[in-house]
Amino acid sequence: MSEDPRILTAYWDEPDTVWIGRYVQTGGYKGLRKALKMTPQEVIEEVKASGLRGRGGAGFPTGVKWSFVPQDTGKPTYLVVNFDESEPGTYNNRELIERDPHEFLEGAIIAAYAVQCRTAFIYNRGEFLHPGRVLERAVAEAYDKGFLGTNILKSGYDLDVVLHRGAGAYICGEETALLSSLEGYRGQPRLRPPFPAVEGLYASPTAINNVETLANVPHIMVNGAKWFAGIGTEKSPGTKIFSVSGRVNRPGNYEAPMGTPARVVIEEMAGGISDGKRLKAWTPGGSSTPFLTADHLDVGLDFESIAEAGSLLGTGALIVTDERDCMVEACRRLLQFYAHESCGKCTPCREGTWWVTRVLARIENGFGKPEDLPLLSELGDNMLFKAFCALADGAVSPISSTLKYFLDEYEDHVRLGRCPFADRPAEGAEPEGPSGDEEERREAPGALAALEALAEPETPRPIPLSEVLR
Amino acid sequence: MPVLGAELFAEAERIKARYPQGRERSAILPLLYLAQSVEGRVTREGLKEVADLLGLRTAEVEAVASFYTMLRLRPTGRYVISVCTNLPCALGGAKELYREAHDVLGPGCEDATEDGLFTLHEEECLGACDAAPVVQVNFANYDRISKERLVEMIDALRRDDPPPPSRGAFPGDFRKASRILAGLEPEGDA
Repeated sequence: MSEDPRILTAYWDEPDTVWIGRYVQTGGYKGLRKALKMTPQEVIEEVKASGLRGRGGAGFPTGVKWSFVPQDTGKPTYLVVNFDESEPGTYNNRELIERDPHEFLEGAIIAAYAVQCRTAFIYNRGEFLHPGRVLERAVAEAYDKGFLGTNILKSGYDLDVVLHRGAGAYICGEETALLSSLEGYRGQPRLRPPFPAVEGLYASPTAINNVETLANVPHIMVNGAKWFAGIGTEKSPGTKIFSVSGRVNRPGNYEAPMGTPARVVIEEMAGGISDGKRLKAWTPGGSSTPFLTADHLDVGLDFESIAEAGSLLGTGALIVTDERDCMVEACRRLLQFYAHESCGKCTPCREGTWWVTRVLARIENGFGKPEDLPLLSELGDNMLFKAFCALADGAVSPISSTLKYFLDEYEDHVRLGRCPFADRPAEGAEPEGPSGDEEERREAPGALAALEALAEPETPRPIPLSEVLR
Repeated sequence: MPVLGAELFAEAERIKARYPQGRERSAILPLLYLAQSVEGRVTREGLKEVADLLGLRTAEVEAVASFYTMLRLRPTGRYVISVCTNLPCALGGAKELYREAHDVLGPGCEDATEDGLFTLHEEECLGACDAAPVVQVNFANYDRISKERLVEMIDALRRDDPPPPSRGAFPGDFRKASRILAGLEPEGDA
């Protein structure tokens, strides 16, 4: 891979990448032509053999997922595209759509053919108003050129694509919540099983795929499974678009083979830490994946290596902090997000995210007590794997990983009665955000006792269920 | 006063027709956007008319509408300014940005400013973290916004002269943006 390793982003540098003319000119829709000459089963086998795994976070083998969609139920089958990209730090799907929508769309049409779907839905994140318009135009172009509609490329295969815009809810990126939302309900997750492959949209067999996953499919069709399997690592083949943000010189999306060391992505591609500072922490796959540190920079960015290092590859979103940044405040801000986005269905998530946010704000603002640190840990334990979906598990990631790697920062907050980073000049994080609890905001050192009494009205401590049942 | 007049009623039927027969409930979000495009927010009448279109009770539609932040049930300005303060943007100074916007727009701007022009929304991650801190106006993106730039943007919006977004065209006021979100042409025949 000494030459340019880019596959998905190969045309991003060119100004006129977006529309169908350029796409077809550079070999676009050849994958679809090839797929339509194969049987759906052969397409599934090819994608299975490539080893392609879902890029939305879970890493499930895509071809296997398609093979789970039964064809003999008497119900229609559906393809639903999850373009509800909302994981903090993640923006690779958005840029894929904005820069080369047909690459994804061709992949979606091939996927729909593989599962014998006649109506596919794209769940477009609501806030992505402009990407949605790009997609609308791309879909119209594809109809116009005969890549969508009836009798596609004279194959006898018919497919319609419906763009469905969400309306502002992180949870709708969770596949069963997405289905609830698409069916016209509140976006709350459902119990699995039945899995969506068997009973998904409208209780019919449904394949749900991420945008980046599908963008790989045309390339697999054209170049073959063996070619794809030879890129990246054995168990995580292909490339991945890594979204790098935070304290780096050149934040951006960078495509690299799976298994590329984090050091290469952060220090070379993204230009290293800004202002000559030292890296403190980074997430491998968005805010729901545990922070890693400078000690992990040589870990390869693939599903297995990152798991071995104690985190998750997630969406491949690297949020980078440096020595200026307070990890207690970073954790508090992320928990504020989870508390806001919890759908409220499950108690451990709804209550847990709320309480943890309060305890973190208390520590950040200088009111923390030594017993708050084990309390945070206990609250995390009461959330992890205790709810329907993975939102609560994701919320525990920043808690457990900051306690693991930055316990000294928590202890300093408690010992000093203030944030040790707050009195740094210039751009350092301030102790309280605009949406923090007013009552917990520190006014002046003299008011501390009074405020503490206000902030702490005999805080009811969550009682472990085991003690209640005893 | 009906929210969805005759022409819009026809558009509502077209929106329903995007979904398989018998699955028209799926049209609830675009229909709510359509109602929002008429009134600049979703009112009780809007909820009721969407309910009637789908054969649901108003409470069922309200239960859905209240779940989603982009459907505005409270008073809403002509321009909804969303400032992301999630971690990647916070590292770029987004909290100070939000505070500045709040100071400039004044108390009560989480609903609508008195002149009806603005709503300020503290936003979660907008998926453009390479451009932190990120601001949206009516869901159009503005990259790498400083406090000074934000104040300039607010001034320009007061003059009804929206600055060009970082990508794509400005969608127009909140009603027009809602119309696009309903999957309809910005200008439309209504």
